[in-house]
Amino acid sequence: MTPLLHPYDVTREEGFRAPLDYNRKSLLKDVDRCHKAEIVSVIRLTRKERLFHIRLLEQGERERFSFLPGQFVMLELPGFGEIPISICGSTSQKGFLELCIREAGRVTTMLHRARVGSRVGIRGPFGSFFPLERMKGHDILLVAGGLGLAPLRAPIMHITENRSDYGEVRILYGTTEPEQLLFDYQYEQWRRVDGVTLSLTVDRPDAGWQGAVGNVVRLLEEINTPLEESYAIVCGPPVMFNSVCGTLHSRGIPRDRMFVSLERRMQCGMGKCCRCNVGSTYVCMDGPVFDFWTVMNLKEAI
Amino acid sequence: MLFRIVEKMAFRSLIQLLLETTQVIGPRKIAVTREGKPVHQYLPLSGFEELELGYDTTDIPAKSYFLPYEENLSTWSFIGNDWTQEITYRLQPRVLVGLHACDINALLKLDKVMTREFFPSPYYISRRKNSFIIGIDHEPCQGGFCHWLGTDSVNRGFDLFLTDLGDRYFVAIDSERGFTLLQQVAVRLVTENDTADYLTVRRRIASGFAPPLDVRQLPRLLDMEFDSEIWRRWGAKCLSCGSCAAVCPTCYCYGVSENVSMDFTRGAKVKQLYSCTLKDFAEVAGGHNFRSARETRLKYRYYHQHRGFVEQYDEPKCVGCGRCGRSCLAGINPQEIIGDLLATEVPS
Repeated sequence: MTPLLHPYDVTREEGFRAPLDYNRKSLLKDVDRCHKAEIVSVIRLTRKERLFHIRLLEQGERERFSFLPGQFVMLELPGFGEIPISICGSTSQKGFLELCIREAGRVTTMLHRARVGSRVGIRGPFGSFFPLERMKGHDILLVAGGLGLAPLRAPIMHITENRSDYGEVRILYGTTEPEQLLFDYQYEQWRRVDGVTLSLTVDRPDAGWQGAVGNVVRLLEEINTPLEESYAIVCGPPVMFNSVCGTLHSRGIPRDRMFVSLERRMQCGMGKCCRCNVGSTYVCMDGPVFDFWTVMNLKEAI
Repeated sequence: MLFRIVEKMAFRSLIQLLLETTQVIGPRKIAVTREGKPVHQYLPLSGFEELELGYDTTDIPAKSYFLPYEENLSTWSFIGNDWTQEITYRLQPRVLVGLHACDINALLKLDKVMTREFFPSPYYISRRKNSFIIGIDHEPCQGGFCHWLGTDSVNRGFDLFLTDLGDRYFVAIDSERGFTLLQQVAVRLVTENDTADYLTVRRRIASGFAPPLDVRQLPRLLDMEFDSEIWRRWGAKCLSCGSCAAVCPTCYCYGVSENVSMDFTRGAKVKQLYSCTLKDFAEVAGGHNFRSARETRLKYRYYHQHRGFVEQYDEPKCVGCGRCGRSCLAGINPQEIIGDLLATEVPS
């Protein structure tokens, strides 16, 4: 007997099998398929954080994959889980990703045990980015606390690679203890770039610490040149945003010229799982990068 | 939209014909409550006799056939140091018969989230397009407040929609495949007499509702009452069990977990519907919980239903089916919460 209803095959929709490009988010496609990638090297940063160098394996995907500083990817460990991680490397290396990951949960613990050469999956890039185009010609303040240096490193790399586009660049970074400082092997490199300054501070100095003591707000207060024309990027634990952004505002920076990156639980990155939802805002789609004025209008965002 | 009249006997033949080749899902009596009230659920039918189109409501919404409680997103095969990912989508057509306006309106709302603008979900789309939907008009159900939200009738989102005129159905046809399918049995054009009967039934249904509350101010009120004691009062009752979201026809949030087979050759990435009232809903790695208080989680549930969704799609997410209130173990009831927010008594 001929069936009365015809089957519908979603995979035959136009463009369904087109190469994966997560930047084309409106097109119907295999949204759960990931790019296969390889862990090329692992760099120990601190006791709890490691930097993973990850290379997409397929040549075509390596060419197509592009991201902007501030965006994140969903990192898949088949059989273990998938987690959102902000990309902390340079935008100029095709198909190559740097992910700074703290050992904190089920997936990250497994990842910290993974060997070089292991194959992981990447979906993305997802989310909003720091408006580095708009910041051209301006001074930039980059303020980080703790693990917040990871999402900040992508704009730092972008700015140092395109140094002539920007004015004075100040990086202010604080952690609780000196041994928690991330990317310490790169500080000298950043400091040597003309027009870039890096100031460090810790809450609890050890015997060998010679830098500033206290939180990053203190570093901000020490800046005695005008900041009105600057843009600011602030990354760190939520408690940091109000104090840092408040201080920046008192120094004359409008709230819509300071940008923060929010952290949330995410299962999809595509505005479907709702786990990152704040009111009507999906942190995965409208964020993770928001200007501070928008954040003030999101109830309980921080 | 086209309309036809089909005699009840002919409709029965149509369902029987469909049953020969296709899975047909409809309201089936699965139990009787202590008070003697029948309990219905949308389940696969083995014969027309099991179909009870006069049912009041179901505890579980029709959503479960579009966003199942558990769903395999990917299957992994591990080979040495490498792996492959396999994804399958639904290919088999099926029929859902007897859906009320609330469940079809709920699907229309889910369509907005799952099929438009950004990252359309092939899992959802393959289920939606493979589902032939026959809706039906009904007398107001107990505890429903769909008329507050304008979801007591529906004009899209189905293939056929029936209105019971006694010995025959008045059928609204909203798809080519619906029109074609009806040709399998005897149908006739609508006469003036049928139209008059249809309008009488519609009027009778409309008059069965208590006066509605005006919910148009809710999005603004939810912002204004963000720190209200209303949430402390209702939040103190909430058991954070997640039943409300499980039975909500429009709740779509989920969690993902992965597993590996005992012999390490296979693995699966499995999606499970979640609930924003569950304790760890917004907990992140390292243990910080953005919504650790129950009242905050309950509030956010209403915030998404009546404000967040409105901001995004110009309509509330809630369809007023009342399932969350009926399933709540602590007696939290959406009508009363909305009444509290509007500072009005709920008409009964």
